[in-house]
Amino acid sequence: MGEILGNIHSVESFGSADGPGVRYIVFLKGCNMRCKYCHNPDTWAKGGDNLKTPEEILQKALRYKTYWRDNGGITVSGGEALLQIEFVTELFRLAREKGVHTCLDTSGNPFTREEPFFSQFNRLMEYTDLFMLDIKHMDPEGHKSLTGQDNANILDMAGYLSDHGKAMWIRHVLVPGITDDEEQLKRLRSFIDTLQTVERVEVLPYHTLGVFKWKELGIPYQLEGVEPPTAEQVERAQALLGAR
Amino acid sequence: MVEMKEWDGFEGRLWKEEINVRQFIQDNYTPYDGNEEFLAGPTEATNKLWDALQKLQKEERAKGGVLDMETKVVSGLTSYGPGYIDESLKDLEKVVGLQTDKPLKRAFMPYGGIKMAVQACETYGYEVDPQLKEIFTKYHKTHNAAVFDAYTPEMIKARHNKIMTGLPDTYGRGRIVGDYRRIALYGIDFLIEEKKKDKAKCGSGSMKGEVIRLREEIAEQIRALEGMKEMAKIYGYDISRPAVNAREAIQWLYFGYLAAIKTQNGAAMSVGRVSTFLDIYFERDLKKGIITEEEVQELVDHFTMKLRMVKFARIPSYNQLFSGDPVWATLDVAGTGVDGRSMVTKTDYRFLHTLENMGPAPEPNLTVFYSSRLPENFKRYAAKISIDTSSVQYENDDAMKPVWGDDYAICCCVSATQTGKEMQFFGARANLAKCLLYAINGGIDEKTGEQVGPKYRPITSEYLDYDEVMERYDDMMEWLADLYVNTLNLIQYMHDKYYYEAAELALMDTNLERTFATGIAGFSHVIDSLSAIKYAKVKVIRDENGIAQDYEIEGDFPRYGNDDDRADEIGVWLLGTFMDKIKRHHTYRRSIPTTSILTITSNVVYGKATGSMPDGRKAGEPLSPGANPSYGAEQNGLLASLNSLTKLPYEWALDGISNTQTINPGALGNEKEERIGNLVQVMDGYFDQGAHHLNVNVFGKEKLIDAMEHPEKEEYANFTIRVSGYAVKFIDLTREQQMDVIARTCHDRM
Repeated sequence: MGEILGNIHSVESFGSADGPGVRYIVFLKGCNMRCKYCHNPDTWAKGGDNLKTPEEILQKALRYKTYWRDNGGITVSGGEALLQIEFVTELFRLAREKGVHTCLDTSGNPFTREEPFFSQFNRLMEYTDLFMLDIKHMDPEGHKSLTGQDNANILDMAGYLSDHGKAMWIRHVLVPGITDDEEQLKRLRSFIDTLQTVERVEVLPYHTLGVFKWKELGIPYQLEGVEPPTAEQVERAQALLGAR
Repeated sequence: MVEMKEWDGFEGRLWKEEINVRQFIQDNYTPYDGNEEFLAGPTEATNKLWDALQKLQKEERAKGGVLDMETKVVSGLTSYGPGYIDESLKDLEKVVGLQTDKPLKRAFMPYGGIKMAVQACETYGYEVDPQLKEIFTKYHKTHNAAVFDAYTPEMIKARHNKIMTGLPDTYGRGRIVGDYRRIALYGIDFLIEEKKKDKAKCGSGSMKGEVIRLREEIAEQIRALEGMKEMAKIYGYDISRPAVNAREAIQWLYFGYLAAIKTQNGAAMSVGRVSTFLDIYFERDLKKGIITEEEVQELVDHFTMKLRMVKFARIPSYNQLFSGDPVWATLDVAGTGVDGRSMVTKTDYRFLHTLENMGPAPEPNLTVFYSSRLPENFKRYAAKISIDTSSVQYENDDAMKPVWGDDYAICCCVSATQTGKEMQFFGARANLAKCLLYAINGGIDEKTGEQVGPKYRPITSEYLDYDEVMERYDDMMEWLADLYVNTLNLIQYMHDKYYYEAAELALMDTNLERTFATGIAGFSHVIDSLSAIKYAKVKVIRDENGIAQDYEIEGDFPRYGNDDDRADEIGVWLLGTFMDKIKRHHTYRRSIPTTSILTITSNVVYGKATGSMPDGRKAGEPLSPGANPSYGAEQNGLLASLNSLTKLPYEWALDGISNTQTINPGALGNEKEERIGNLVQVMDGYFDQGAHHLNVNVFGKEKLIDAMEHPEKEEYANFTIRVSGYAVKFIDLTREQQMDVIARTCHDRM
């Protein structure tokens, strides 16, 4: 077996919104989804030369242990972290050895019950304290239109985590006119209510801070003209989803 | 042992045997680890007075920054009759005393330099009485005139080319914190008796220079103490005896501070560490049932209101250095005692609470002596105030206490001194970024083309070689350190002679310790430049005279501010090397040399005078402030940046290492409680690693841009931000400085 290397997009030493407490966030490269509101389109491509071993990343992360106290830790995000599942598994295994809380921020898109992924995923579950699952849209068509991908395996993953007692935060990006209609939100709520291990439901208001990256990359931005939701719209969605 | 009836109910002996406020505090204070629920809102009187004052502040801004100036009376302790915020509201003022006869009117203080005093007036359209001009030009020498009498041509040239910058030769050096608490505890008469004893003991009969000088100084101090009594009498108070209750304690203390700001126009006029001391008096009266929490808060609010009113007449070049009219009325809270007890009292909460009762404000420069061991409740309250007002700075008590004990105070923006026992000789900065350019150009200034430094061999190769640059840089720093220390020696000598701080020093021990504070500007740019030379390739672009004017960088290199040892170690080396060079020189009055990495807002002016650097910073762009990483250098977020700072040993830079960070509220957490918790965790982690200082701003860039475009909006009238070592109202900054603040890294959510 060759050395496992992670293809790293960037790191953020101070993450406070992606998991409990103060977190070291590793953004991995590569994603198959093409969400129209993506604020990190620069993480889509899989190529790159910033390769690091799990040990290297852990050593860097541990420099911030003093800020974590009893609730912080490491979050792996992306891109789509599950595309580099071996790397994440090894990083989390090592982190756990040091008593570090591990959190995975994922869209669930690579999830499948087929091998070899499924066994690897079961291993990853062992070392992951918290899954943050971003459900983009409940309606399969809506999901496809928004992200270019199906959502059945994503919902399957949520159910699987619930069945195995894995703690979860469910997140939903609120885009006016696209993900905020009442019917969709109610269906999402019903789905969340079937899950046993959801600790938190978060509504993430759509923002335009990443639009400049689309321009830099020369990709046409399809949500041009869509405004971020108002505070009232966010509150309404939170109420509908039972955000907690 | 002395006994006084005013001390009824106080414990302890030693502070009755000698002047020892620190011991009094330790023997009598009541630590508080509860939460903020006990705090009281503003009284009606507070609201009325604050409204009146805000109106005046608005008027002041409308008039171009100055409401009124004195042109006929030289400021002194008893130059004026009583003055009030508003004559019709004067009975509401629980703490009284103004610098002049009118609120926000700036006094005429010529002793630092008559030219500057006149220029300050003329800038705002005021004409100084010609007779005063004549007196202070022909018949009475001033500090500024004396310094220029003695400067060498080399000093003048280096100063003119701004490799030494911001020197206190055109303004008062400030940074002396009188122990204003002594008046409340002992009363003036007792202090005079003690000074008389000191004078009697001064010298052994042989009149050497040192002895003569000290005898004269003590005489000046006694005169100042007598003057303070007279000054208080004008307001109807007798401060010859100790304070008998809470209101007198805070009033007596304020009179001490008022004496300082009536007589000195110093670069920083700090109030000191007063909260725990005052709390003892408040507690005594609360226990007796003769005062209520509302009344205590009112005293704190009214005292604070006075500190928000301190004004000095200043010249445009001073304002460029220190933008936004700061006075550094620094007031410190919290900290821990040598015995390990928290020194947080209810009054530490009350001072922070002034920012809620009267809204955010840049003065007093509220400073929290931070330790992760402070009560959790207090840390959270301070964090909450920071998030709401961006008006508080934090300094590491665990780093400072071993050096300065548990009664130190901040004497300017971030520098500690032992209250009443130590004074500092403030010495501005040496521009080490420019010094690096001198090393490359053989002592020729890259801006003026003058031969300023020694004519060492310049570097002539196309690409910079690390070892060669380091060797030349070391030589050039050697020259600069020598010149800089000697220039400061001369300045401090003249300041003692022509602008002696009698009022402040009267409230301090006669036999003082002294620190000699040097400073470094351009810190991050030197690190990144040397790193670029070492890890990338730097090509030199020279003009037709062979002077290096620009640099092209090929390849990547580690930058300071990313927790990358390759760059950070250069910073540690730079600090240690410069400090070693400073230490080797004789320093005036046997003072202990220290250095700082702090530049206040002067980074903009310093940058203007500094050419392009090998790190890619272009000529004229601002230097990054204090010990902050360079603009855009921070690629790994807030904590990586903080970690880089924690590597700089505080013991090597005892005058302070300032760091200003701006965090978007969203980046701190999703909701209030989470943000508070996260900010506390950030500070615990940062200070537990030994870092010295942190300015915390919590707002987004959008707010800054909006405030710059729409300064007239009501919400921005008191919008306060922390800059390197102090706070300012954002709308009072020049546009250039506003742009600079906006350009700095704001830690945002990814």
